[in-house]
Amino acid sequence: MLNAAKFDKESHAVPETAEPRIVGFFCTWCTYLAADLAGTSRIKYQPNVRVVRVMCSGRIDPQFVLDAFAHGADGVLIGGCHPGDCHYQQGNYNCLRRALLLSRLLQQMGIEEERFRVEWISAAEGERVREVIDDMVAKLRKLGPLQMNRPLAPEISSAQEPAFEEVTI
Amino acid sequence: MSDTRTPNSALKIGVYVCHCGSNIAGTVDVHAITEYAACLPDVAVAREYKYMCSDPGQELIRQDISAHGLNRIVVASCSPLMHEPTFRGALLKAGINPYLLQMVNIREHVSWVHTNKLEATAKAKDLVRAAVRRVRLHKPLEKRKVAINPNVLVVGGGIAGIHAALNIANSGKHVYLVERQPTIGGHMAYFDKTFPTLDCAACILTPKMTAVGSHPNITLWTYAEVAVVEGYVGNYKVKVRHKPRYILEELCIGCQECVEACVYKEGRWADEFNMGLSKRKPIYLPFPQAVPQKVLIDPDACIEFKSHKCKKTCVEVCGERRAIDFNQKQWFDEIEVGSIIVCTGFKTFDARRNVYYGYGRHKNVYTALEVERLINASGPSGGNIVLRDGTQPRMVGIIHCVGSRDHNTNRWCSKVCCMYSLKLAHLIRERTSAEVYNFYIDMRTPGKGYEEFYDRLLDEGVHFVRGRVAEVTDWPAHPSEEGKLIIRAEDTLAGFVRRIPVDMVVLSVGLEPQADARDVRRLLNISCSEEGWFLERHPKLAPVSTFTDGVFIAGACQGPKDIPDCVAQAGAAAAEAMALADAKYVELEPYTAHVLEESCSGCKTCLTICPYSAISFIQETKTARVNEVVCKGCGTCAATCPSASIQQNVFEDGEIFEEVEGLLAYA
Repeated sequence: MLNAAKFDKESHAVPETAEPRIVGFFCTWCTYLAADLAGTSRIKYQPNVRVVRVMCSGRIDPQFVLDAFAHGADGVLIGGCHPGDCHYQQGNYNCLRRALLLSRLLQQMGIEEERFRVEWISAAEGERVREVIDDMVAKLRKLGPLQMNRPLAPEISSAQEPAFEEVTI
Repeated sequence: MSDTRTPNSALKIGVYVCHCGSNIAGTVDVHAITEYAACLPDVAVAREYKYMCSDPGQELIRQDISAHGLNRIVVASCSPLMHEPTFRGALLKAGINPYLLQMVNIREHVSWVHTNKLEATAKAKDLVRAAVRRVRLHKPLEKRKVAINPNVLVVGGGIAGIHAALNIANSGKHVYLVERQPTIGGHMAYFDKTFPTLDCAACILTPKMTAVGSHPNITLWTYAEVAVVEGYVGNYKVKVRHKPRYILEELCIGCQECVEACVYKEGRWADEFNMGLSKRKPIYLPFPQAVPQKVLIDPDACIEFKSHKCKKTCVEVCGERRAIDFNQKQWFDEIEVGSIIVCTGFKTFDARRNVYYGYGRHKNVYTALEVERLINASGPSGGNIVLRDGTQPRMVGIIHCVGSRDHNTNRWCSKVCCMYSLKLAHLIRERTSAEVYNFYIDMRTPGKGYEEFYDRLLDEGVHFVRGRVAEVTDWPAHPSEEGKLIIRAEDTLAGFVRRIPVDMVVLSVGLEPQADARDVRRLLNISCSEEGWFLERHPKLAPVSTFTDGVFIAGACQGPKDIPDCVAQAGAAAAEAMALADAKYVELEPYTAHVLEESCSGCKTCLTICPYSAISFIQETKTARVNEVVCKGCGTCAATCPSASIQQNVFEDGEIFEEVEGLLAYA
């Protein structure tokens, strides 16, 4: 659970020249396997993502994402099976619903939408792992480190539908 | 929850970092990671070793457990999907619970995908630190044991399915063989000869087909498809849909008097088995050696279905047997099996997609499968190789790699085309004395006796032109080309473009995944490669297993394969299924969810979200309860519970928070 007392400012101080740090939550059956396939295919990509394996993208509690941001992640990447392909029938749909809501919440907290991404990557798409990770790292390098204490951008504070292009069914 | 970062004297963590030869050590500073791990709180032992998965590597863990009293283990090596079971076994042998292990993937996710040693090492350190923090929260767990149903379902009745079914049936277990065509036999039934021995295909296949049809341990369902698959390893519930043949299978004796008696005296509809090269009647037997020997009616062709005004001479002649039933509807059978072997095979590339070869436009351009039928003694021409006008070709061109090794269509090599092209070249030359030209990119003849067969053809005077064919045209550039098909190709060995006029063009079409492979994949919860071939669990060590326990794959549904390879794989899959059945029970991972009753508010949110209806509401306690037998361990309920009152074993909230925070804590 999110525990503010555990948040240790000293150890989470961001060095000036920090590279973006991204926490990935990958489902075992599709995206984690795709990342393994990228490995066995020796596909090279940016070393900024640290992956946490879960059985299903439906297991990803929005608190995990918030926890990652609270502890200094510059981005969070969720990887699941393509719609209709979930190993557990519909976990990825549950994940998607939460992600859409969470994305809006994150933007209201001042976390840019590029920092939170959901991707459907099947076990065969090792190349897609590279594309997604390299693309996300490039975007986060441009954005710089996450700064949560900035005032809200006006376009975010107004009631506006967040554009969420990455997630399509 | 106590702060898990304060040292806990009760915890003794052992960290083992694997070199994996140079696979990891080449990109990651293994020594630095081991030294770093040794300084982390509660780590009692940190070691590196060349191959952790090897016997001495595992022995290292076992010795440390007994010498230092380790009670948590972190292994930083390859993907947990690869060796987690191996290391869990090592823990078990050493006498501690196997779930007190955390794997760190520093090979597939680090050393193989990054090049900069500093960055890779930094990433590996983060991962190891996170694992050390997480493993402290691991709890001892027990696997669940469930009994296994010994019955096996084989999907697809080609040579692979037939071989697998017979193997299993001979061991005394019951097999359900489901085939969607009206007969078993698959693609092999089309062939006259097999390469390189020129064995008669029918002579080696049809006895096996008959054996399947008459085996007491095999329930053969043709013209049927798997509709629903539920359950888990050892306990699958399968619903099979039977398509109506309009013939009662148990009454039909295969005499074919009805076919004779049909009001249509001649066939009028394209015979699927002969690739449309001959015609059949509305009531027909797929081919003479079909198993089962049962006719079927094509409702799109039969007059009775269209106007209900047929004289029904077929029913008349069937007489007392009463095997014809125009009112038959589809029906379902439900079976219970312990494992499933998928042998759904392949389809051939649609040659129309390569328009420049003129298939479908020029009448004497054939696919290899059509020529197989022409050559077959029981084919449309009785084994005579003739053109559409009935004359024998004097010049034949065989174009290799149609729909293979082509970036515009399929990039893979279909593996069998070179050899079957050689076989066709030999048979055409033998039976017609025609000049045969092979147009190839590379001759690929690896296999026992294959290269020797190629040598034999070179001696037989078959011509070989190295180069991809540009087009097949009927536009003559010279009077001698009048009325012929002209193959234009660059001869890359001679270094010029050639025009070769021929009477017959044979397109050696490649192999493709079945059109509905992706539906079958979803049905069985297995994976496909990008091309659509079913994905094996490991290309070398688990070639017939899938990521779904109890589902095996064999034959060309996994990738292009020739008959010997299909049979070998089918045997392997049968052995896997039999080993599973003989084990009597299977151990399931304990990744199930459970409800913490003291904090459950009884909001019932989890009840609707569970895809398996594994959660029920208990009226007495007003709390939810997970049925662990039905739970498959996805953890969606755990993520949904608003009060964190559902926890998933091995993936508890606390464990994941700890891993996330460990990843992000700077060293």
